[in-house]
Amino acid sequence: MNTQRPETAAVTAPANGWAIELEKINKRFGAVHANKDIDLKIARGTIHGIVGENGAGKSTLMSILYGFYTADSGTIRVNGAEASIADSRQALALGIGMVHQHFMLVDNFSVLENIVLGAEDSGFLKPSLSRARKELDRLEEEYALEVDPDAIIEDISVGQQQRVEILKALYRGAETLILDEPTGVLTPKEADDLFRVLETLRAQGKTVILITHKLREIMAITDNVSVMRQGQMVATVKTQETSPEELAELMVGRRVLLRVDKTAASPGKTLLEVQNLVVADDMGVTRVKDVSFAIRAGEIVGIAGVSGNGQSELLESITGMRDQKSGTVVLNGKPLSLEGDDGAARARQAGLAHVPEDRQRMGLVTTFQEWENAILGYHDKPDYGSGAFLDIAAAKKAAADQVKLFDVRPANINLKSSLFSGGNQQKIVLAREMEQDPDVLVIGQPTRGVDIGAIEFIHNEIIKMRDEGKAILLVSVELDEIRSLADRILVMFDGVIVGEADPATATEGELGLMMAGINKTAPRTIGIAEQGPLP
Amino acid sequence: MSAHRPLPRWADIALLPALNLLLAFLVSGLVVLLVGENPFHAIQVILYGAFGYGDGFGYTLYYATNFIFTGLAVAVAAHAGLFNIGGDGQAYVAGLGAVVVALALDQTHWLIAMPLAIIAAGAVGGFWGFVPGWLQAKRGSHVVITTIMFNFIASALMVYMVNRVLKPASTMAPESETIEVAGRVPQLRQFFSFFGYSPVNLSILIAIAALIGVYILIWHTKFGYAMRVLGANPTASRYAGISNSKMIMITMTISGALAGMVAINEVMGVQNRLVLDFVAGAGFVGIAVALMGRNHPIGIALAAILFGALYQGGQELQFVIPGITREMIVVIQALVILFTGAMEGLFRPSLERAFMLLSPEQKSEAIAVSTAKPES
Repeated sequence: MNTQRPETAAVTAPANGWAIELEKINKRFGAVHANKDIDLKIARGTIHGIVGENGAGKSTLMSILYGFYTADSGTIRVNGAEASIADSRQALALGIGMVHQHFMLVDNFSVLENIVLGAEDSGFLKPSLSRARKELDRLEEEYALEVDPDAIIEDISVGQQQRVEILKALYRGAETLILDEPTGVLTPKEADDLFRVLETLRAQGKTVILITHKLREIMAITDNVSVMRQGQMVATVKTQETSPEELAELMVGRRVLLRVDKTAASPGKTLLEVQNLVVADDMGVTRVKDVSFAIRAGEIVGIAGVSGNGQSELLESITGMRDQKSGTVVLNGKPLSLEGDDGAARARQAGLAHVPEDRQRMGLVTTFQEWENAILGYHDKPDYGSGAFLDIAAAKKAAADQVKLFDVRPANINLKSSLFSGGNQQKIVLAREMEQDPDVLVIGQPTRGVDIGAIEFIHNEIIKMRDEGKAILLVSVELDEIRSLADRILVMFDGVIVGEADPATATEGELGLMMAGINKTAPRTIGIAEQGPLP
Repeated sequence: MSAHRPLPRWADIALLPALNLLLAFLVSGLVVLLVGENPFHAIQVILYGAFGYGDGFGYTLYYATNFIFTGLAVAVAAHAGLFNIGGDGQAYVAGLGAVVVALALDQTHWLIAMPLAIIAAGAVGGFWGFVPGWLQAKRGSHVVITTIMFNFIASALMVYMVNRVLKPASTMAPESETIEVAGRVPQLRQFFSFFGYSPVNLSILIAIAALIGVYILIWHTKFGYAMRVLGANPTASRYAGISNSKMIMITMTISGALAGMVAINEVMGVQNRLVLDFVAGAGFVGIAVALMGRNHPIGIALAAILFGALYQGGQELQFVIPGITREMIVVIQALVILFTGAMEGLFRPSLERAFMLLSPEQKSEAIAVSTAKPES
């Protein structure tokens, strides 16, 4: 690798010794070398970041450390002593704990019950629970991790649930904690809280391994950072001595533009108008409360907000996937009729394209071949066959064009969609929706789980659409993304648009306050996510 | 990176069912051995009985005709993510449509009677599928439950209809008037003496047409595309603007109509009248046929012939080997259904592992593909 740089950091033994030492770890899946001669040393009492694109081998490496896979060759040393880790039980016995990206909690159990689950120390539950309660009190105090032990998991915020996961690992005696993409589900404030917790853990001598996509977090919190690319460890550096640009280049293997290049918007006539929209969720709870806004041709309007404040319901109702209780959506001057369970078809006919928040659950049929997904939602158009029959040749041609224009890799339209990487799946959805030449494009979470290289491409495509005079509604939980793409930011809190901001002038702090429902003009009650520790 | 990859297509559609079948025969062989008979002799008898001579083969095809219809009924519903267990009831009530048209047009010509009877049987069977579909689409009642219940309703309804409405005053037996002339579907033996006295009739051509029709419907029409989207991912179909409720109702109607074709074969082709329980469980065998045939028309045709052969060969077996009773035959058929239907995934994990070991390139290709990067 020509971009490999000498391992400058952490070569000499640190003061506290090594918590984890991996030497020449190899793991093959068939002919694929998922981990190639990986050397990694993690100093005790530090926060060590591991970055790399999807498929770079981070997860495989951590799975080896946590006992999900066994390495084909190589040695693992924990606290200086050679160890063989065959399953997660052994990993826990060695003091290695893992907090998964998707929490492993029982929703209708209390915090305490979840923590004890699987670690009960007697056949009867009561004595285990009371002992656990004492231990939990101690842990909470020691690591400043306040959680109400009697709260039910489904009632507490995602940030709190993550604390429960961390407490679970600590309760089981973890000395080294592996966190897999821990901030993917958190608000900026919750992420800050998490970082404070991690700092406390470090101060108490615990070791933290942080796997993430987000370079900003690496820069903010880690002591050392290792970069993986295509199964190899390409560098381990001291965080202070590197920059996000350098890390991104190491990850991708070429120069990457981290910010979006765009000119000022020149908005034209109003294309999408949402008037007094009220929408309820599946449980009948009103999630969107009398929302009105308008988007003009050639502008991107971003909706910022903590996930779960009605954005999903707003998107789904505008695009015809969810019935609205009242209100109107006007497209190009004409009101859209969206009732019925085929409302999405009428929205598309009227020129509204939709890139959904959850591409695997909504935007794609993952068991279909690529070309079959390239016409999803547009299959009734005469382009893809007159009358009742499907013109497979026409569909395949459209798919091939989309794949070429959006550089979907591999460029094989007969491949099953689940075999494409997250970024390429997203490109398939984007290509399909953008190539239909819509007037209005509604995009949810355009780059969730997408590699850095593809993010750059997707952002540029969105800007290109805007410059072609489309109206674009963008919803993202990534505040950075909204700030760099949007021409106007609307902040949504508790189903209401609480304010509008200019991305050029608004600071992250101001937006964060609005997202928390603290408006300068109208003070509001604080949502669960921001309530902080429960008593 | 997931630890395993799907099987190559040929292994999935040919090798796996073959292995399941082999296991079913092995266990059946043990059962035959247990009752003190020679399993090899038994297999010989079954094979000869099912394929060895014209009459036997004709019977095999006659049974297979029924199973093709019910298998397709299950498969069409399955592609839309619906589990239609009501093929039996749908076929049963469809007999009403068939017999009414056949009796009414008994004095014309079968070329007139047959198409109209197909429409009538399809309409009644389709209606019997539509109602559970409507209940699922509009009221959220699961089709698995409602179609099972509709089997019982069909059964009670038919007893009433045959005894109180269709039975001529002159007879004691619970059956309708006999179709005498044009309402009968011509027998293949009228054209090919090879088939001896077997009841295989022109309905088998309808079955073949249905196989082709279903293939075209599922893979070459927009409706079939929408059906498959719904079956694979109902959220995505809502996203795509496909009306899930409409799709469920139409699909269940098509499924019921296909099952209803059994009535053409039985009422107009074999019995020449409406008798009680003429479906004889074909609706349930259809579930096994569809499972084993992977919901694909070609697989269904092969599986239907297999089950037809088991039915016919089994009959033969109890004649030739008296030690093997009628109940034993049912046990053997049940074992085949068990291993090829209910436990069809038994060998899948080990077979997947075997294939991964045999061809690492395949694995590497799959992984390379799943981790492909946009960089150049």
